[in-house]
Amino acid sequence: MTSELDIFVGNTTLIDEDVYRLWLDGYSVNDAVALRVRSGILEQTGATAGVLQSDTMDHYRTFHMLERLLHAPPKLLHQLIFQIPPSRQALLIERYYTFDEAFVREVLGKKLSKGTKKDLDDISAKTGITLKSCRRQFDNFKRVFKVVEEMRGSLVDNIQQHFLLSDRLARDYAAIVFFANNRFETGKKKLQYLSFGDFAFCAELMIQNWTLGAVGEAPTDPDSQMDDMDVDLDKEFLQDLKELKVLVADKDLLDLHKSLVCAALRGKLGVFSEMETNFKNLSRGLVNVAAKLTHNKDVRDLFVDLVEKFVEPCRSDHWTLNDVRLFLNQYSASVHSLDGFRHQTLWDRYMGTLRGCLLRLYHD
Amino acid sequence: MPGKLKVKIVAGRHLPVMDRASDLTDAFVEVKFGNTTFKTDVYLKSLNPQWNSEWFKFEVDDEDLQDEPLQITVLDHDTYSANDAIGKVYIDIDPLLYSEAATVISGWFPIYDTIHGIRGEINVVVKVDLFNDLNRFRQSSCGVKFFCTTSIPKCYRAVVIHGFVEELVVNEDPEYQWIDRIRTPRASNEARQRLISLMSGELQRKIGLKVLEMRGNAVVGYLQCFDLEGESGLVVRAIGTACTLDKLSSPAAFLPACNSPSKEMKESPLVHPPSHGCRSTHNSPIHTATGSRLTQNFSVSVPTLIYTGMGSGSAGKEGGPFKALLRQQTQAALEQREFPFLTLTAFPPGLLVHVGGVVSARSVKLLDRIHNPDEPETRDAWWAEIRQEIKSHAKALGCHAVVGYSESTSICEEVCILSASGTAAVLNPRFLQEGTVEGSLEQRIEENLPVGCGFCHIPYDELNMPFPAHLTYCYNCRKQKVPDVLFTTIDLPTDAVVVGKGCLIQARLCRLKKKAQAEANATAISNLLPFMEYEVHTQLMNKLKLKGMNALFGLRIQITVGENMLMGLASATGVYLAALPTPGGIQIAGKTPNDGSYEQHISHMQKRINDTIAKNKELYEINPPEVSEEIIGSPIPEPRQRSRLLRSQSESSDEVTELDLSHGKKDAFVLEIDDTDAMEDVHSLLTDVPPPSGFYSCNTEIMPGINNWTSEIQMFTSVRVVRLSSLNLTNQALNKNFNGLCENLLKSLYFKLRSMTPCCLCHVNFTVSLPEDELIQVTVTAVAITFDKNQALQTTKAHAEKTLQRASTDNDELLQFPLELCSDSLPAPAFPATKEHLESASSNSGTPAAQRATSVDYSSFADRCSSWIELIKLKAQTIRRGSIKTTVTVEKASPMGDGNFRNRSAPPCASSTVGVVKMTPLSFIPGAKITKYLGIINMFFIRETTSLREEGGVSGFLHAFIAEVFAMVRAHVAALGGNAVVSYIMKQCVFMENPSKNQAQCLINVSGDAVVFVRESDLEAMSTQQSAVNCQTSCPGEVTT
Repeated sequence: MTSELDIFVGNTTLIDEDVYRLWLDGYSVNDAVALRVRSGILEQTGATAGVLQSDTMDHYRTFHMLERLLHAPPKLLHQLIFQIPPSRQALLIERYYTFDEAFVREVLGKKLSKGTKKDLDDISAKTGITLKSCRRQFDNFKRVFKVVEEMRGSLVDNIQQHFLLSDRLARDYAAIVFFANNRFETGKKKLQYLSFGDFAFCAELMIQNWTLGAVGEAPTDPDSQMDDMDVDLDKEFLQDLKELKVLVADKDLLDLHKSLVCAALRGKLGVFSEMETNFKNLSRGLVNVAAKLTHNKDVRDLFVDLVEKFVEPCRSDHWTLNDVRLFLNQYSASVHSLDGFRHQTLWDRYMGTLRGCLLRLYHD
Repeated sequence: MPGKLKVKIVAGRHLPVMDRASDLTDAFVEVKFGNTTFKTDVYLKSLNPQWNSEWFKFEVDDEDLQDEPLQITVLDHDTYSANDAIGKVYIDIDPLLYSEAATVISGWFPIYDTIHGIRGEINVVVKVDLFNDLNRFRQSSCGVKFFCTTSIPKCYRAVVIHGFVEELVVNEDPEYQWIDRIRTPRASNEARQRLISLMSGELQRKIGLKVLEMRGNAVVGYLQCFDLEGESGLVVRAIGTACTLDKLSSPAAFLPACNSPSKEMKESPLVHPPSHGCRSTHNSPIHTATGSRLTQNFSVSVPTLIYTGMGSGSAGKEGGPFKALLRQQTQAALEQREFPFLTLTAFPPGLLVHVGGVVSARSVKLLDRIHNPDEPETRDAWWAEIRQEIKSHAKALGCHAVVGYSESTSICEEVCILSASGTAAVLNPRFLQEGTVEGSLEQRIEENLPVGCGFCHIPYDELNMPFPAHLTYCYNCRKQKVPDVLFTTIDLPTDAVVVGKGCLIQARLCRLKKKAQAEANATAISNLLPFMEYEVHTQLMNKLKLKGMNALFGLRIQITVGENMLMGLASATGVYLAALPTPGGIQIAGKTPNDGSYEQHISHMQKRINDTIAKNKELYEINPPEVSEEIIGSPIPEPRQRSRLLRSQSESSDEVTELDLSHGKKDAFVLEIDDTDAMEDVHSLLTDVPPPSGFYSCNTEIMPGINNWTSEIQMFTSVRVVRLSSLNLTNQALNKNFNGLCENLLKSLYFKLRSMTPCCLCHVNFTVSLPEDELIQVTVTAVAITFDKNQALQTTKAHAEKTLQRASTDNDELLQFPLELCSDSLPAPAFPATKEHLESASSNSGTPAAQRATSVDYSSFADRCSSWIELIKLKAQTIRRGSIKTTVTVEKASPMGDGNFRNRSAPPCASSTVGVVKMTPLSFIPGAKITKYLGIINMFFIRETTSLREEGGVSGFLHAFIAEVFAMVRAHVAALGGNAVVSYIMKQCVFMENPSKNQAQCLINVSGDAVVFVRESDLEAMSTQQSAVNCQTSCPGEVTT
């Protein structure tokens, strides 16, 4: 006696959170059943393996049918086929768009193209995440990217509106879209110690301060080329950053800057002497990063540069996080006392964000 | 009464992409009613078109309004080639034809295509203006309300229950017309959908006319089915109970505030005052023979007085002469009334006086092409025959009416089994002339008589019983006789006193049959039927005893015919009625008493059985109070059974003695194991696993013993198809497979719904079909309702007391029942003794159940059957055009009353969100009050695919289709302004597959009542306001009556 057909349809669609997770994780029905058996569900409920198999199949079928709607979450809300309470709908969407840390670290900053998609096999092998799940996550990134890429207005708001994600998740996606669009390199070995959270934090600061939208220019003129306000860096700003070069190019200015910082930090810094010796190198590093941002290639290497030019030297001298904080604060603030330097606002826009990023990036 | 139908097409959304190039669609809409078609403009390049059309107006007859569906087709405009259809929406406008229901249909409807399923949605507004027209010589029956609910709908009161209405219409099935060979599957499916929709409309209209003739205004318990007879045609048939209903003016008030005929009924005084029979007939010009006969019945009715004298005291012999007299009169009356049947399963208080037992009849027919669709005489005659049979069975049980009546068919190729079943009953025919109008329920209750165990008391003459039964004095009132077991097809009366909880009991059976053609096939089936009935019956009895219970409610026996087998599935809800005696145990007797190991085996089995009984008693909380013999009075000795019992005496293990003790003087049920068959049977008894803790299940509306429902409900449909391996097909293997299939299905349900515990599966409805040679399809629809474990105990007690009082009074409640029953009308709960017709077949089948200590004696089984078969042969030999019938009858027993299980007060649940439509097979929604009935939902869909694999195989295909059907039902209800469907039923789910061609097709027919409900918590807030309003509205009512 073999089962040809076996279905269960509720007026309210039944969603089993555990099975949903297994499905999202890309397990086949048989693997999912095995995992459920291992969870001890049979003992708890007195069910048989056959029952579990049939139940899992049912849920998988439902999820499969729901998947099409999950690709455009507002559709899930308006569709009539599945009656699902709002709280469950939210859960379905949120979980569907949730991604694995390990996966996102592999893809972050990469172009969301077919080529990358082909690499998913490797990513799957490397991270231990099933290929199916990798595909889902990749497709989610790509889908969100495609939808909001050309949209004006706040990136986070756009994502929230079109994908009905929670605030936290929408912010994460904003970071992913931002990174993908600017193709920041995150995969280098020396960047491996950074988590997705570190990058997302930086992305948020950069979106807030370094993009067109950040300047607060309202899109008054719809025809202007300001569509991608939150996604693209402010080109003009990047251009202007060249002006900061004077801080290291002008020897007097550099010396003055150093003396101001040292005066303020003497006795407060555990690594004062190291700082004193390294000041010029560090300052050169930070300013040169700014000056190079006009080239796309260098924009991509932003994080590599920051780590190489700042994080690593400090770390090798055993700076504490507090040392770094005190230094950066003083380093940024002292520029205001440099009489010959005219680009105070520019400096603040650059350094304000960079300081935040560096503090976040500075850890083991 | 012609009318103007107005339709507006507002917008569409989520349309499919029809133009690959632009990824967009140029959609427009055709609106068709009858032969008139309107079109909207083409809305270019959008998947969310905004047509915002003008009002399309159709001027039509009300006859058409009733028959025709409104057909809305969404198309993609194509300049160069033919326009592509996106899909259709059929809207039944019937709910707009009586003003109490919906006034407008407005909302988003899924656009449905029979090949692609749902493809987007369309927003439509529909209105109807009816012109008053006093011409009564009309063919329409606008204004007659239809309800699927098999009880008096919650916000109505029954003024008169007129009785049975039935009708059938036949047509050629478009699928089998020659043209089908050249048209697309889509066209063929759509032709079929449309035809069935038309036929349903016509059928409903015709039934409505009959109701008007009877001077009713509503049909309750309306059940419409279609028979796909293949080559020979398509039959749509319906049965129902004609009533005159009166709307309770406020949902908050329980009492009829007025008896005013509602406005829309003015032109035809449908609600006639409950005065007596012969009344002036100006109301209905179409006064047919039935109508007038009906009135005559009333004038015939005499013996109202006879029973008032008897009261409740005197049972037994003194009743004799009266009974005889009455019998004659009843009989006379019965002969005049065509079919005294009610499709109701729950009754207004007091209507049901006694229950005789289950009556059923089956007949095997050979299908033949219907030559003249306008005169479906053959089919009519077939059903008439069956109904006649049912009627005579009821008569044999001393009952003049049949309640909980239903009809069904099973078709395989050219063979068709027609089945009908119901519960023989004695109803209270008394008219309350004034009372109905002014008397409030409370008032009537006060003036009432004792105890409500009446329905268990035997309606037949104990000295002349229709079948051997073991009678005792009622354990409740101790005055009247009750049988030891009672089987019924109705719901448990609300006033019945029950001990413990109930449970779902199923008997499952398969029988192989040789493949044969035509007559030979019909003969083979006919020969098998009696055996099947007998075995199903035995299984039910055994399982009932195993549960320690003594009555079955909601019994439904389905016999399905396939190419090479017959399947029997009986479902019922077992309960322990306090009025009936404690059931005896089951004893196992071995054939070869001297064999030691065998003996040991037997005693081991016996122990298991005893353990199971004890466990079940604990599980279902069955601890009836001990009653001493003296109080009860000595039961009538039943020598025959004793002798049969002797066989079991060889058994003498300790358990058995214990068993005998524990069951006191009761005779035990003996199972004799003499061959492997019998062994299998005993095993199968024990394989039924009880539901996991926290779960209960029943197939009735409410679960006996649970009355504190909370508001969470989950209706579901589950379908399974299994393929039997063609090898080793023996009856035993089949039975085992089938049993396993059903048990696994139940287990799956329990597992899936585990998060709802504690909960109860109510109205569990199994349907079996045999789509192909080795395929068995089982479809289950049920609803899971949560309940509060903690509240249970307190409420039950308080309730029990109240209901006890109430129950007694109920008896006197009157429900005009203008059937022939007036002839033996009796106001008191005394029982009208009546008939015993010792009908051969019935006596036989009655035996195992009716006897207190029944014995299933396998050794003599063959003998008994052969004699039985002979009787049957005598009765019906004709096969061609004739019929072969087997009949099953009856049991009966008695309880008394308790249990308003429908304690609706439940903690309010979180406010439901907009757009949620609940669906339930029950007639109520826990924790809520139904405030309005919006009309009947009766939908028929066909879905077909030629890309089965791509759609996820058969499971994916059917899963999606059923989800779509639910969605379409919900959308229609929402458009009517409702938020729930009650009495929902999936009447048909015909699934056919052809995996090698990657094809599958499925037909689904569902129905139910669209309603508006209000949460009780919300209601309380409003109640103060409403009561004020009530007073006002009730005033005009009094004037009219």
